[in-house]
Amino acid sequence: MIIKQLSVFLENRAGRLNEVFGILGQANINVSACSVADTSEFGILRMIVSDPEKARAILKENLFSVNVNDVISFATPNTPGALSRTLEILSDAGIGIEYLYGFSPGDKSFIVLKSDNIEKAIEELQKHEMELISASDLYKF
Amino acid sequence: MELSIWNRHFETMPREQMREVQSDRLRDTVERVYYNVPYYRAKMQEKGLGPEHIQTVDDLKLLPFTTKQDLRDNYPFGLFALPMSEIIRLHASSGTTGRPTVVGYSRRDIAVWSEVMARTLTGAGVGKNDFIQIAYGYGLFTGGLGLHYGGEKVGASVIPISGGNTKRQLQLMNDFGSTVLACTPSYASYLAEAIEESDIERDALKLKVGIFGAEPWTDNMRREIEKKLRIKAFDIYGLSEIIGPGVSFDCEYQNGLHINEDHFIPEIIDPDTLEVLPEGELGELVFTTVTKEGLPIIRYRTRDLTRLHFDTCRCGRTLVRMDKCTGRSDDMLIIRGVNLFPSQIESVLLEMDETTPHYLLVVDRINNLDTLELHVEVEDRFYQDKISELQNLGKKIKNQIESTIGLSVNVKLVEPKTIERSEGKAKRVIDKRKME
Repeated sequence: MIIKQLSVFLENRAGRLNEVFGILGQANINVSACSVADTSEFGILRMIVSDPEKARAILKENLFSVNVNDVISFATPNTPGALSRTLEILSDAGIGIEYLYGFSPGDKSFIVLKSDNIEKAIEELQKHEMELISASDLYKF
Repeated sequence: MELSIWNRHFETMPREQMREVQSDRLRDTVERVYYNVPYYRAKMQEKGLGPEHIQTVDDLKLLPFTTKQDLRDNYPFGLFALPMSEIIRLHASSGTTGRPTVVGYSRRDIAVWSEVMARTLTGAGVGKNDFIQIAYGYGLFTGGLGLHYGGEKVGASVIPISGGNTKRQLQLMNDFGSTVLACTPSYASYLAEAIEESDIERDALKLKVGIFGAEPWTDNMRREIEKKLRIKAFDIYGLSEIIGPGVSFDCEYQNGLHINEDHFIPEIIDPDTLEVLPEGELGELVFTTVTKEGLPIIRYRTRDLTRLHFDTCRCGRTLVRMDKCTGRSDDMLIIRGVNLFPSQIESVLLEMDETTPHYLLVVDRINNLDTLELHVEVEDRFYQDKISELQNLGKKIKNQIESTIGLSVNVKLVEPKTIERSEGKAKRVIDKRKME
């Protein structure tokens, strides 16, 4: 259930973000989810792609600083309070959240989450029968 | 490692005897410039000096200084002491800041140049069994040909590849089995990265010695290059106005560069008062050539800052030693009244594990206040997905720099390989204050 997420260091420079997507597109790599964290000085692009190792190699060839790390993804009902109830499971188990991003295309909300204890987070969510998304599922969306 | 000495007679000459040699040669030089170069005659007459006033090296301080501007004002051949029929070679500086400075060599000057370069290479252990890859530029710049003559003189197999074309540098280094690399330190550092990124295994290369000069570099940078290239790196110092490379060189103890003072007499002056400073004090290096025929030069102000040491070196040479030049009186930045040399920034970065020595310093003036911005690359191997880690890295660099130089600095983290790499001299500073 662990998903490999790519993280790319970016300078705050016009067009730089799109260069990354352009490079991946040309290599026929699909991006299933992404998020940009920005500070006044630089940005970090995080994304889930169809082939993380290939994407990493190609971006490195293009001189980007790239890091691959583990995240989880899960689905909650797209109703008020549903996300809160899920995150409570994690906080009750003492699991910290570093960041998350998500969206709700219909009946369900999809969340990508980075935690300081991925293994335990998976264990807790499974125990509570939450709907975890596997890497292969996510790449297909 | 006990390396040999090319010219034991002069390189290990007792100091008293060296003074006599210098004094004899100085008298001869002063006479030649006085009678053959109108510029020097006029300058000496202004000071009420004739050749008879200069008897020993102690009288050097009476003579007028020569600056780069004086060479430009007499462009192109005005300071030559021989008719052009006796000049067999011309070199010139790039002239990015005005007219180029032109230097001319007689046949004997070229022989002297070969001699001092043979001493330089022998001091680094280079001999007839070596393959020396000369990646200094050949042409008007003196680097390439200076190394070339020295290499031939010691009998090494010379590979005159010249600068640039990194791919070919690596190929020949590998195929020819180059044992010695001669280039600027910034290009050496660039080549080290290129080797890491290539398919070439370092173990397959025979490289053992680097001969690096033509720009100031720090001891930290030396260690970094030595570690990356797995070689022993020797510093060489020279400037075309004096002869080119070969003015001074490292021996195996790397305890200061030995000046070929039987040809070039050094002095250290205070750049403000122009007074000669006592032994061991930091100041501007000044040279008087005493064997040059084409372009003898009196008390040339190099703008390089260093110290002189007259004690005998462990290698046996008695030649005076100068500290590695790490700053120039005209590279010096004055930021909010504080003197700053770019090499100080480089030293701090090299001492930190998480950074590379590739940096760019941007100086600006905003609302009448000087600002200092340092661009540092975030290399892949230091990159982490956490914003806090990156911000901490930026803060750490900022704190280290500020505590070292005593000036506040903004650190900007930039993407890898975005700071321009040099194949010649490194560009480390953009001073926007000068552009307005």
